[in-house]
Amino acid sequence: MVPLSYYLVLSGILFACGVTGFLIKRNIITIFMSIELMLNGVNLSFVAFAAQWHSLAGQVFVFFVMVVAAAEAAVGLAIIISVYRSRETLNVDQVNLLKL
Amino acid sequence: MINIHLILFLAFGAVAVAGAVNLLAQTHPINGALSLIAVMAALAGEYLLLGAEFVAAVQVIVYAGAIMVLFVFVIMLLNAGVEERTKGSRVAIIFGIPGMLLGSLLIAWAVLRYSGTESVAVGALPGAPATIGELLFHEFLLPFEITSILILIAIMGAVVLASKPHPIPQGKER
Amino acid sequence: MPIWLYILASVIKSIIVLFVLLTAVAYTVWLERKVVGHMQNRWGPTRVGPFGLLQPAADGIKFLFKEDLTPPHVYKPLYIAAPLIAVIFALTSIAVVPFGNPVVIGPLSVGFSHPVVIGPYAIPLQITTDVNTGLLLILGVTSIGVYGVALAGWSSNNKYSLLGGLRASAQMISYEISLGLSLVGVLIMAGSFSLNDIVKAQQGHFWGFIPRWNIFHGQVIGFFIYLIAAYAETNRIPFDLPEAETELVAGYHTEYSAMKFAMFFMAEYANMITVACVATLLFLGGWNGPIFGPYILQAILPVFWFVAKVFVFLFLYIWVRGTLPRFRYDQLMAFGWKFLLPLALFNLLATAFAVAW
Repeated sequence: MVPLSYYLVLSGILFACGVTGFLIKRNIITIFMSIELMLNGVNLSFVAFAAQWHSLAGQVFVFFVMVVAAAEAAVGLAIIISVYRSRETLNVDQVNLLKL
Repeated sequence: MINIHLILFLAFGAVAVAGAVNLLAQTHPINGALSLIAVMAALAGEYLLLGAEFVAAVQVIVYAGAIMVLFVFVIMLLNAGVEERTKGSRVAIIFGIPGMLLGSLLIAWAVLRYSGTESVAVGALPGAPATIGELLFHEFLLPFEITSILILIAIMGAVVLASKPHPIPQGKER
Repeated sequence: MPIWLYILASVIKSIIVLFVLLTAVAYTVWLERKVVGHMQNRWGPTRVGPFGLLQPAADGIKFLFKEDLTPPHVYKPLYIAAPLIAVIFALTSIAVVPFGNPVVIGPLSVGFSHPVVIGPYAIPLQITTDVNTGLLLILGVTSIGVYGVALAGWSSNNKYSLLGGLRASAQMISYEISLGLSLVGVLIMAGSFSLNDIVKAQQGHFWGFIPRWNIFHGQVIGFFIYLIAAYAETNRIPFDLPEAETELVAGYHTEYSAMKFAMFFMAEYANMITVACVATLLFLGGWNGPIFGPYILQAILPVFWFVAKVFVFLFLYIWVRGTLPRFRYDQLMAFGWKFLLPLALFNLLATAFAVAW
């Protein structure tokens, strides 16, 4: 028997790693992957709460979070490809001019 | 009490945290992508421990098998190299990592100390696909339809953004 | 069932199934060479052993003794890991496939004067127990197998390999959608994701002699969509542009030699066998077939029918390989997205309507 708080702490650790990656990394693709890590941490706490309160709505919400993550990844990666085509770099610090 | 549930939880949790920390530590994005796939697989194991078998399978199929394939494609296409340190990233590392560590330790302490000690059994809530399907089509029908429109918008946006730019036609001379 | 018996049974089943699967992979290569040879009006391998039956053994020894060359400019961790990923996930999905009825170990009363009693335990002929979401596990493992190909192409640091790897993985993820949708038609008719339940729903006959397999029971379009999508998933002709010798040097496994190349080879044929097993379970009735004879024969006949149906599906694979030319890449992608996906959606809608009435 594992207490629910252990699952929440694991979810919190994953979320914190995601936020840290978002702040300290400079490669745009790695920043995107940190966002996906944050979403995964949130999914885990949804499923843990669903198991505790015996309500399947938590698991249904995980689907919606996954759908949003997929849509955001698709559009975000398309934007990254466009930015790379015009700026030739993947470093966010160097995309700092409004017009090339 | 040490039982098999706790051991499995700690094993999957250790793999997930190791993958997350490796994502921060690696400089080449392809290594980060592979450690993120390991995190997702470990989380699928955690979902199985909680009884959510359908969610675990969908996590592997959709997240680890489709979204991360997109990431790996883009990394391979753009030939992303090792990222270099700039002044901004050094500042962020010096302030960011201790700050996040402190914040997460605080939250973990608060959660562990002030929550009740109810335990979650192995396979507590069997998430059978049939019941999830019923919920999805009866109570959650509106979010379901809205997410399908969201995916349609995302597809159109991605196609438009990734296509070759059209040359702007010059104005005709009067 | 006591834990020790469960673990012992699982270990024995794993060893048997793995041994049979690896032998089947080797002899599928032999079968393909013989059948394609006869189709092209020549003998296949005939010199090594009677009918060339020892050819796979000779090939195995050749692969073991070849020089395992690692080019200096590759990205070594992924270069070594990619064939491992391909092989591991190709061999894993056989774990949830049931081969026959559960074998009951009970007091044997056939021809023995003193029956051997182990207790009435029913051991399922599946490496795992009956998983509720067995079909989803197979789909998931197939989705992860794409990484072996993509990472092999990228880590070889060679533009032909990169292009071949990208094309192969794009093709595989495009046809995965139609593959999954063709399976949903069967799911609607059976009502469960568990492979045992799907096979049980195909027992019996209708009109007295036509067996109640899903292919005769309305899933003909589903079967053909599955067939075509399976050819694309396993990178076989007519969809084998990513590994064609005349197109891209050799595609994603250009830089691989000896044992690593053999692992890619094994992964492709193991994927073929897994796909054939899934098609048998879902569309051709699994292990259902005429059962007759004494008790021992009755225990073995379901497995025999299963293997016979898998063999028919594999023969279809090899027959198509010997007959059709190769698709060009844009034709391939257009076919997958513009024809097969709408057809699979139409199949899903038609099945749902038919079941709802």
